Amino acid sequence: MTLDPIRIGFLPLVDAALPILARELGFAEAEGIALELVRDITWATVRDRLLYGHSDAAHLIAPLAIATTLGRRRPPSPLSVPFVLGLNGNAITLAPDIAEELVPEGGLGDPKRVGIRFAALARRRAEAGDRVRLGVVHRYSSHNFMLRYWLAQSGVRPDADVEIVVVSPPLAADALATGEVHGICVGEPWNSVAVDRGAGRIVLVTAQIWRRGVEKVLAIPTGRMEGEPELVHRLVRALHAAGRHFVQPDHFDQVAAILARADYLDGSAALIRRAISDRILLARGGSPVHFPDFMFQHREAANFPWVSQAAWLYSQLVRWDGLAYSDADASAAKRVFRPDIYRAAFAGTGIPLPGASAKLEGAIARETGVGAVQGRLLLGSDSFFDDRTFDPDHIRAYLESLPG
Amino acid sequence: MRIAVIDESAGRAAIIQEGLAEAGLTDTVVLTERHGLLAQLETLAPEVVLINLENPSRDVLEDYFAISRALATPIAMFVDQSDAEATAAAVDAGVSAYVVDGLAPSRIRPILDLAVRRFEAFSRLQAELHEARSALAARDTIERAKRILMEKNGIDEPAAYAALRSQAMRTNRRIVEVAEALITVENLVGGRL
Repeated sequence: MTLDPIRIGFLPLVDAALPILARELGFAEAEGIALELVRDITWATVRDRLLYGHSDAAHLIAPLAIATTLGRRRPPSPLSVPFVLGLNGNAITLAPDIAEELVPEGGLGDPKRVGIRFAALARRRAEAGDRVRLGVVHRYSSHNFMLRYWLAQSGVRPDADVEIVVVSPPLAADALATGEVHGICVGEPWNSVAVDRGAGRIVLVTAQIWRRGVEKVLAIPTGRMEGEPELVHRLVRALHAAGRHFVQPDHFDQVAAILARADYLDGSAALIRRAISDRILLARGGSPVHFPDFMFQHREAANFPWVSQAAWLYSQLVRWDGLAYSDADASAAKRVFRPDIYRAAFAGTGIPLPGASAKLEGAIARETGVGAVQGRLLLGSDSFFDDRTFDPDHIRAYLESLPG
Repeated sequence: MRIAVIDESAGRAAIIQEGLAEAGLTDTVVLTERHGLLAQLETLAPEVVLINLENPSRDVLEDYFAISRALATPIAMFVDQSDAEATAAAVDAGVSAYVVDGLAPSRIRPILDLAVRRFEAFSRLQAELHEARSALAARDTIERAKRILMEKNGIDEPAAYAALRSQAMRTNRRIVEVAEALITVENLVGGRL
């Protein structure tokens, strides 16, 4: 059998797991695909390789797929997301003195309480002319959007009371240690690296801000995706099979060993294993705590591209990127997420498919059975930390109800 | 027109800078350090920034350019929509350009084309250098393997070489691979070298 070649661009992060496993464990080959992975070190380069044909698909931060489609800071290039590669997996690590003031009791903080304390600290420091500076991995990242959401809902005005800058994840621990930034919101293993060095303490994980926040997606140029629908279906099925393998605890050692290889993350298998088993070391010298929803790669149809997730990201793009709301942009942003392709890929299989393509984000407080066109589907809580809900059909009203 | 060349390879940056100078563009600066990059750019206020595609500072830089909208000089990635091939060629060569708002594409294109040619030339040079280095290394490896055989078996140089060659032919490997294997074994069990 001849295999169809597909190249996927990625950054060496734990949540690039599904494409890596699809290649290494034969899930791609089983779908007739010769998967090649192209590693880079900046999202800008992953994006450029995707747009100029060095790769066919990419492991991408979800908001960047929407920003690229809408043409933020460059001409618009439509991207499509037929599959979500993971939810959450990031944390907020603060310099030891700030962490001590916000969470003196130690452990993971309560996001509401920590937010109120942070607001007081941020204002005090701003008035003293010593603004708190926080690092995120990219302007168009869920890290940036979720951090800002948490700050703003806690009474902090991002860009006024605090400064938010971009730091490359591999340099984040350094930046924290030297005082270049006072806190970072990054994915694993970079929080752990900072904690191990004693440069900071993890006070929150982003899953506490939005329990089911979309993180990385599989992005494909829309034209290319529509030109080869059948091949895309096979790729989506291969990634799904990789997800099923990934979530089984007896595979964690094997998965961590594969991800740690020099070709992929080139890092510590022990740190990677900790992250994929939802264990987080909050402070140096402590023992890891287990936070079951820390990173979410597959369970509960996590790979399903909910249109409402894209809509929420668009709302935050409007809020934080100086973009005026427009109905046309809102629908273009929503169209980036393609549940129709996901459904077509699994039609006639036993894989559970939600009946709806969008949901009221934040409305599920406890595990709930939802309508499915095939299979049985239970969804866990998708709450925002401030108990708000987001209706993807009323983005403008949502934005008007939010502070600054 | 001030041009900043950002590249962690000082050699390549120098080659670009020299090319620009030949084309009469002498107001250029080369930045190879990651630390303090943004502060330097702020001071220099270049109108064009050339950066290698694999530079680890690209995300940080793009964010800085986005924020600089609030400053006097908006700067954005140069994507020539009237000639998509030009941008594609730049990405292929491994370079990207950012320019301040309002600069005419006709002024940028020659700079980008020059950078592309210089990047390609640099890649070619590197490939040749790599080839030359591995050829030298291979010759050295074979020399060492020959010496081991000569000492161990009391044979002369042509005989040692013939032994390596015939082993390579029998096992369908390159002579240098056989030589490497021999040296490894000698290192493990021979107790010297």
